[in-house]
Amino acid sequence: MLLKNHGIFERHSLILTLGIVLVVSIGGLIEIAPMFKIESTIEEVDGVRPYTPLELVGRNVYVREGCYTCHSQMIRSLRDEVERYGHYSLAAESMYDHPFQWGSKRTGPDLARVGGKYSDAWQVDHLADPRSVVPESVMPPYEFLKHKVVSADHIGDHLMANVRVGVPYTQGAIDSAAADLMAQADPMADSSGLQSRYGGKVNARDFDGDAAKVTEMDALVAYLQVLGTMVDFTTYKPETADNLR
Amino acid sequence: MSDATLAVPLRLNGLGKPGQRIDVLIVSVICVLGLLWGISATALAHDLGMRVIAAIFTIAFAGGLFAISFAGSKGNLAIDEAVYLDGVIKAGVIAASFWGIVGMLVGVIIASQLAFPDFLYFKEFGFLNFGRLRPIHTSGVIFAFGGNVLIATSFYVVQRTSRARLFGGLLGSFVFWGYNLVIVTAATGYILGVTSGQEYAEPNWVVDIWLTIVWVAYLVVFLGTLWKRKEPHIYVANWFYLAFIVTIAILHLVNNLAVPTSPWSSKAYSLFSGVQNAMTQWWYGHNAVGFFLTAGFLGIMYYFVPKRAERPVYSYQLSIIHFWALIFTYMWAGPHHLHYTALPQWVQTLGMTFSIILWMPSWGGMINGLMTLSGAWDKLRTDPVLRMLVASIAFYGMSTFEGPAMSIRAVNSLSHYTDWTIGHVHSGALGWVGMVSFGALYCLTPWLWKRKRLYSEKLVEAHFWLSTIGILFYITSMWVSGIMQGLMWRAYNEFGFLQYSFVESVKAMKPYYIIRATGGLMFMAGACVMAYNLWRTAKGDVAASEPITEAQEA
Repeated sequence: MLLKNHGIFERHSLILTLGIVLVVSIGGLIEIAPMFKIESTIEEVDGVRPYTPLELVGRNVYVREGCYTCHSQMIRSLRDEVERYGHYSLAAESMYDHPFQWGSKRTGPDLARVGGKYSDAWQVDHLADPRSVVPESVMPPYEFLKHKVVSADHIGDHLMANVRVGVPYTQGAIDSAAADLMAQADPMADSSGLQSRYGGKVNARDFDGDAAKVTEMDALVAYLQVLGTMVDFTTYKPETADNLR
Repeated sequence: MSDATLAVPLRLNGLGKPGQRIDVLIVSVICVLGLLWGISATALAHDLGMRVIAAIFTIAFAGGLFAISFAGSKGNLAIDEAVYLDGVIKAGVIAASFWGIVGMLVGVIIASQLAFPDFLYFKEFGFLNFGRLRPIHTSGVIFAFGGNVLIATSFYVVQRTSRARLFGGLLGSFVFWGYNLVIVTAATGYILGVTSGQEYAEPNWVVDIWLTIVWVAYLVVFLGTLWKRKEPHIYVANWFYLAFIVTIAILHLVNNLAVPTSPWSSKAYSLFSGVQNAMTQWWYGHNAVGFFLTAGFLGIMYYFVPKRAERPVYSYQLSIIHFWALIFTYMWAGPHHLHYTALPQWVQTLGMTFSIILWMPSWGGMINGLMTLSGAWDKLRTDPVLRMLVASIAFYGMSTFEGPAMSIRAVNSLSHYTDWTIGHVHSGALGWVGMVSFGALYCLTPWLWKRKRLYSEKLVEAHFWLSTIGILFYITSMWVSGIMQGLMWRAYNEFGFLQYSFVESVKAMKPYYIIRATGGLMFMAGACVMAYNLWRTAKGDVAASEPITEAQEA
C-alpha cells in the first residue's frame, strides 16, 4: 500500500514535508508530553528548596566551567552506586535545576550527594590544584576562582528569570537577593533573614578561607556543599503509590 | 504557480517592479537589523561573553552589508538560471576541511589533557580547561565540520537531482555565511564560559535565535529548489536531507527554550528543569545523532555512492521502508540515555524497545548502500575514494548494531557513564560520518573545480589507512577502558565491600587515554593529508608520479 502510493510523497514536496513532521512528532509527543502531566513524575518529598543566591551563582560557575562534561549528578538505583554515593537520586532533587546537570559521563565521580562529604578546606584545595590532594586525578585546576570576586549587581535578575521558568522564589527573596548573596559567605553577617527565607539548614560561613571578599570559589563550594543534602530521607516513603514510577 | 514564474527566484511577481530582488532585500534588512542590535548589545552588555559575541555579530553584519553592496556594484548579484550555483558549495568544501581539522585538533588536545594532566592545564586560565574545550570539540566536529559538509552536499545534490539552480538567489550564500557565524559565535562563547549547559546544545540563547533564522532560510532554499525541479520525482537523497532539516528545526526550538536574565545578558535559564529537562535534552541529543549525523549523511550516501560506483541504488522499496521506519523510530530512542535514573521507568522501557527496533531500519540503509555496489565490487580495488565510502557504510553498520546493544538496560547499567559510550560515539562519528564526508569531499572537489581527477590517489590511500587505523586505536582502547571502568565500579571484594575507590579506576585509564589520543592524532593527520590533496586538486595540479590516464582524459 505504502509502496504503491508512495509516489504522492515523491511528487509533492509539501506533502513529503508534512509527512515527515507527522511521523517524527509521534515519538516525542508520547514520551515528553506525559512528563509534564503525570503527577507521579516527581516524588513527594520534604526539604527541597530553591538555591540561595550564593548557591545559584556557584551553580552557574559549575555550568560555565562545563563540570557536567566529566561529573554526573544522578545516582542510579544500582547496588554499587547506592553504596558508593548514597541514596539513589530522586526527580524531586533536581526540580529547580534549570538546566538539569545529570550528566552523561563519569571521568570523575558522581557529585549528586557530595554535599557535606568533604570539608570546605578540602574542596578549596582540591578545586585549586586537584593533584595536590588526589595525585592520580586528571581534573583541571580552578585556582582562578579564588580571585574572581562575585558581583551582586544583577542577582535579582537571575532570581526573576528563575521565577519565570517556575522556581518559587518569593518577592522577599528577590528583593533581598543581593544582601543574601553577601551574607551567606560572611561569618560576621546576620544570617537570620537568609535562614527565614531558605530554612535553618542553610550553610552560612566563609567557604573559601578568605573572609575579605566573596569569590566564585565561595559560591562554587557553597553549591557543592548543598548538593544532595536537601531531602529529608527520614520522612521520604519510597513505597507509596505516588512515589513508585 | 507555474514553473515559469517559480523559475524566477524570489521576485515580487505582480506586486513590485519587475526584476525587484526580494532575496537581496531580505538579507539586507536582516543585516541592518542585526547591525543595530549588535551595536546596542556591544554597548549595553552585562558581561564580557555577551559583549564579545555581540561585537562579532556587528562585524559580520557590517561585512555582509559591504559584501552585498560591493557585489551589487560589480553586477555579481545577477542570477543565471542556466547554470547551477556552485560558488557557495566550493566555500562549503573549504570551510568543512578547515573546521574538520580545527575540531579534531581540539579533540586531540582534550584527549591529551586526560592522559597528561600535569602538562596541559594552566592554573590561572579557565578557558583552556577540559570543560570549556570539550564543547568546542563536539560542536566543532559535529556542527562546524558535519554541518558544512551537509549544507554543501545538500546544495549540490538538490540542484543536480532537481535539474534546477538553487532557489532564493542570495539566500544560499546567506545560509552558508550565517551558519558559519553561528559556529564562530558559539565557539567564542564556549571559551569565554558562555554556555547553556546542555550537551550538544551548548550555544547560548542569542546564537540559538540566530541559528533559527539561518535554518528557516535553509529550509526555504531547499524546498524552493525542490519546487523548481524539472524532474517529476524527488530523489531519495533529498528525502533524507529534508527530514534532517525539518527535524533539526523542531529539536532545536523545543530543547533550547530558555529565559534570559536580561536582553543584554548572555545567561539564560532553560524553561524545563530536572526530569523534564533530561527527557527533552536526550530526545534532542539522540536525534541530533539520528537526524544530523545519520539522516543527513544517509542523504550523502544515497547520492555519492551510486554516482561513484556508477550503479543504481540497490532497492527502491528498501529505501522507502527504511526511510520512514528510521525517522519514526529514532524519535523514541532518547530515554536509553537515562536508564536507572529518576526518569519514570515506562519511558526508559519505551526508549529501550524502540532503540532495539532501530537496528532494523539502520541496517536497511546499510544494506541498500553496500548492495549498490553489486556488479561494481571490482572498483574497490582501483578507486580509493569508493573504498572510503564503503568503509564508512561498514562502520555505520557496526555502530548501529552496537547502539541497540548498549541501549538494553542490563548492558547499559555497565556501559553508561563510562568510556564505552565515548568509543561508541566515535565509531559512528569517525567511521561513518567522518569517512562518508571525506568520500563526498574527494568527489566534490574535482567536480566543482572542473578537474579531471584528484591531485593524488596515493594520498587518498594514505588517508584511508591513517583514518582506519586511527579509528581502530580509538574504539578498541575505549572498549577496554570503558568495560574495565564499569567492572571496577561494581566490583566487590570477598568481605562484601566495594573493591575499588573511584580514583583507582581513574588511574587504570591512563594507558588507554594515551592510545586513544594517538588514534585521534592519526585520524587528524589523515584529515590534514586530505586538505592538502584537495587544495592541490583545486589548484589544478596532478601528482608527477600519477600521470593522467587516457580514461581520465576522456
